[in-house]
Amino acid sequence: MSLPKILTAHTHLPGIETFDVYRKNGGYAAVEKAIKTMTPDEVVEEVKKSGVRGRGGAGFPMGMKWSFLAKPEGVPRYLVCNADESEPGTFKDHWLMKTIPHLLIEGMIVSSYALGANASYIYVRGELMYVVRILEKAIAEAKAAGFLGKNILGSGYDLELYVQPGGGAYICGEETALLESLEGKRGNPRNKPPFPAVKGLYQCPTVVNNVESISTTSWIVNNGGDAYAAIGIGRSTGTKLISASGHLKKPGVYEIPLGLPVQEFIYSDEWCGGIRDGHHLKAVVAGGSSVPILPAAMLLKTAAGEDRLMSYESLADGGFATGTMMGSGGFIAMDETTCIVRNTWNFSRFYHHESCGQCSPCREGTGWMEKVLHRIEHGHGSMHDIDLLVDVAKKIEGNTICPLGDAAAWPIASAIRHFRDEFEWHITNPQEATRPGAVFKGHMELV
Amino acid sequence: MKVTIDNITIEVEPGTTILQAARKIGPEVAPPAMCYYEPLKASGGKCRACLVKVTAGSEKDPRPMPKLVPSCITQVQDGMIVENTVNEQVLETRKGIVEFLLLNHPLDCPICDQAGECHLQDFSFQHGVQQTRYEEERRTFEKQDLGPNIQLHMTRCILCYRCVFTADQITGKRVHGVLNRGDHAEISTYIEKAIDNDFSGNVIDVCPVGALTDKTYRFKNRVWFTKPVDAHCDCEKCSGKVTLWYRGDEVIRVTARKNQWGEVLDFICNTCRFERKNTADWTIEGPTKVARHSVISANKYGANKIVPEFARRLAASQYKDVHEARDTSQLNIKQLPEERFKALIPPAGESAVAGIRSIQNWAEDK
Amino acid sequence: MLETKPRIEFTPERLERAKEILTHYPEGRQKSALLPLLHLLQEQEGWTPAEGMDYVAELLGIQPIEVYEVATFYTMYHLEPVGKHVIEYCRTGPCMLMGGEEVYAHLKQKIGAQDGETSADKLFTIKPVECLAACGWGPCFQIREKYYTHLTIEKVDEIIDELKQ
Repeated sequence: MSLPKILTAHTHLPGIETFDVYRKNGGYAAVEKAIKTMTPDEVVEEVKKSGVRGRGGAGFPMGMKWSFLAKPEGVPRYLVCNADESEPGTFKDHWLMKTIPHLLIEGMIVSSYALGANASYIYVRGELMYVVRILEKAIAEAKAAGFLGKNILGSGYDLELYVQPGGGAYICGEETALLESLEGKRGNPRNKPPFPAVKGLYQCPTVVNNVESISTTSWIVNNGGDAYAAIGIGRSTGTKLISASGHLKKPGVYEIPLGLPVQEFIYSDEWCGGIRDGHHLKAVVAGGSSVPILPAAMLLKTAAGEDRLMSYESLADGGFATGTMMGSGGFIAMDETTCIVRNTWNFSRFYHHESCGQCSPCREGTGWMEKVLHRIEHGHGSMHDIDLLVDVAKKIEGNTICPLGDAAAWPIASAIRHFRDEFEWHITNPQEATRPGAVFKGHMELV
Repeated sequence: MKVTIDNITIEVEPGTTILQAARKIGPEVAPPAMCYYEPLKASGGKCRACLVKVTAGSEKDPRPMPKLVPSCITQVQDGMIVENTVNEQVLETRKGIVEFLLLNHPLDCPICDQAGECHLQDFSFQHGVQQTRYEEERRTFEKQDLGPNIQLHMTRCILCYRCVFTADQITGKRVHGVLNRGDHAEISTYIEKAIDNDFSGNVIDVCPVGALTDKTYRFKNRVWFTKPVDAHCDCEKCSGKVTLWYRGDEVIRVTARKNQWGEVLDFICNTCRFERKNTADWTIEGPTKVARHSVISANKYGANKIVPEFARRLAASQYKDVHEARDTSQLNIKQLPEERFKALIPPAGESAVAGIRSIQNWAEDK
Repeated sequence: MLETKPRIEFTPERLERAKEILTHYPEGRQKSALLPLLHLLQEQEGWTPAEGMDYVAELLGIQPIEVYEVATFYTMYHLEPVGKHVIEYCRTGPCMLMGGEEVYAHLKQKIGAQDGETSADKLFTIKPVECLAACGWGPCFQIREKYYTHLTIEKVDEIIDELKQ
């Protein structure tokens, strides 16, 4: 069976970033089909049928999110694309936008039409300014060809599409922080409810979707929601872009059919090609830095001894005790040279740096955890620090305005859950543990 | 609509928040609020001190809410059941919030003008634990003058954003705000600027801690030694309704009047606050009502003091004349090494002299 | 004598771009242009000085503090003068796994500046940043809009030597 290619069917073609090549390869057919032959509600219906889930990390069904959009008379609605990709381990949107910008533009037009938005924004993280320029150029091309602007394809439907650069803040990947930022404010997440579907951008009903999610809509319109749902496994329909990084032979962005066995993804030459020569897999963060880290064996097999699959359900199998999450698909592989304590400290520094500082558990707690981990990593830890970290993580989790608090707590709690002996070794052998390149060689199960 | 909080059911208007409903029942069940401030729009939701457990969302949908919710911004639904003081998870979380808020707080209450009327003190006392587990360095800032009358001690700030909302909503033109992010976030003007506005002094009243203090009152007195008196004047800028704080016959501070939750009733102008410090400027209305549990109420108005009977009896039973022979049997003895301790206790039937002899024996043995 | 700093304004060409950006938003929502305009300011000045922020506030009809609040929240705006090239290197997990620490240590040594510092010749400023969304191509750094990926010690030498010329 040939592998389904929904997002990457044409990405290998030279010149695919230009309108002409994209169009020649079937590009913008979805816009024509949707606008000329379908009502907006019919487009929504197809997306619902497809079962496609938000690819930004939360995995919320996209069609359902669309159907929540409030539609009061005389109030504009907005579609905002979340291209603030900043989760450590995740670079698929970056790759997709720079490689095939028109795929996102086409998806934006189709989705905006479905939602009845006449002005839509793509919020791109500021560091990707060169991608902003690529997208702006693509938008100008699409506009010149009559796919954007007033009276698109003579249908009477108007759409303006704008690219907005961010300023450097992970938190703006949280949808309400993104909206605040788009309004020219600090990226402080809003308290919910009200949700953006009711009060979003400029207090108007708004849908915020990830780049990858929006990019799938053209294929869904062209081929039908049922065809999309036929790919994948169970409630994990379709394909997913996985950003593979770390100690792999072939790191990069891969489009996988959901349900692919993890074992195959790591070791097959089709995908990552295995662990770099002479090394063995120790641990994996399977869905971006926020999701729980798992020891290699626990990742490959579920607690019941079944092969774990790359799907929302299978990765989460076993809850936090033995499972993890799909997240944004940031697959970070670590071999036996990796110090889990150092890595955990590194991640905690990230969350400390990126906390917006609005609500107290996250503002104070992320800094506290980083400092304690820094101490342990640098040979100044004590045994009670480990339980302290677990307790602080617990006090943050679930008590903050936005999920950044959870995202900061989970990596630490899971690292201690699965690699406690490594933390203890750091504390009891500070001299040995702080030597450059020193790694705990204790009860480690490599694969 | 009906809402049940800590097993007490109350009828409230639609749109009421859980916190407001709880306040309606009374201070015993009202969750603490460090950032929420009713007079200021958009305040609340940040400090997480008021998190409560909703065990039933509404009559129609009685499922519990999965996470604790901020009661200050969560509206009640008909038939909602809320647990505040009776829920262990809530109390445990609140201990954590106290710890977080105190993490970078200097705990300089002994030299802080806010001590005695500080919401963070009250909050820690009521909901916190006695010890912190924090061993790392605290963030510090230099103190800053925001104009001639207001001083900012950023180290004490808990980032409630109240002063920012006040400047936005009361003064019209805001020159201070929250800069930077995360635990580096601070209240500042960025480049040195005075907050120059007729209503700027209100940021002092809304500040729950001693971060924004009145320079004209700085180190003048502890608040529990002063007498608050309600007074008013004809002011062309504001309502002129204030509280005067007396030390003897001297007005040492003027503030806005506050309700029982510490919220300003009428924002007052800077002229009233900083310049009208003579009794002659004011028409006195009478002593300010101060909550009985507040330290401000201590030793204030002798004539009104009510001492309950049991307290009198307790005092009488404990009273000892200084010349009275006192029981000295416990004095210092426990500091001696154990064997000496045993030696001091005379065997049953023997006199104290025997006890002394046994000490001598013990000394000679050595 | 009070020293008054020179007023900063956009060049005519940038003012045109700023006006175009302002058309992206509905009436009364000009504040939305704040982040793009600050990028424009930094592109012109090399950093983000307070006088420039005051000018942006004026353009958007908002209070200067609203601009300061935003500029200090986001990490891309340099609030102090910087060297000609600002090297923003990714210090986050995946880049660290790929040997980032060694590469960056070499980078700092070669330039003669530590985190947050500018080299003596004012050519380079070193700024550690968090994840640049290039994890599979790490270690990486960014100079202005350009990404430099798959860094090794040799590659860093080449890049820096080239930039020095």
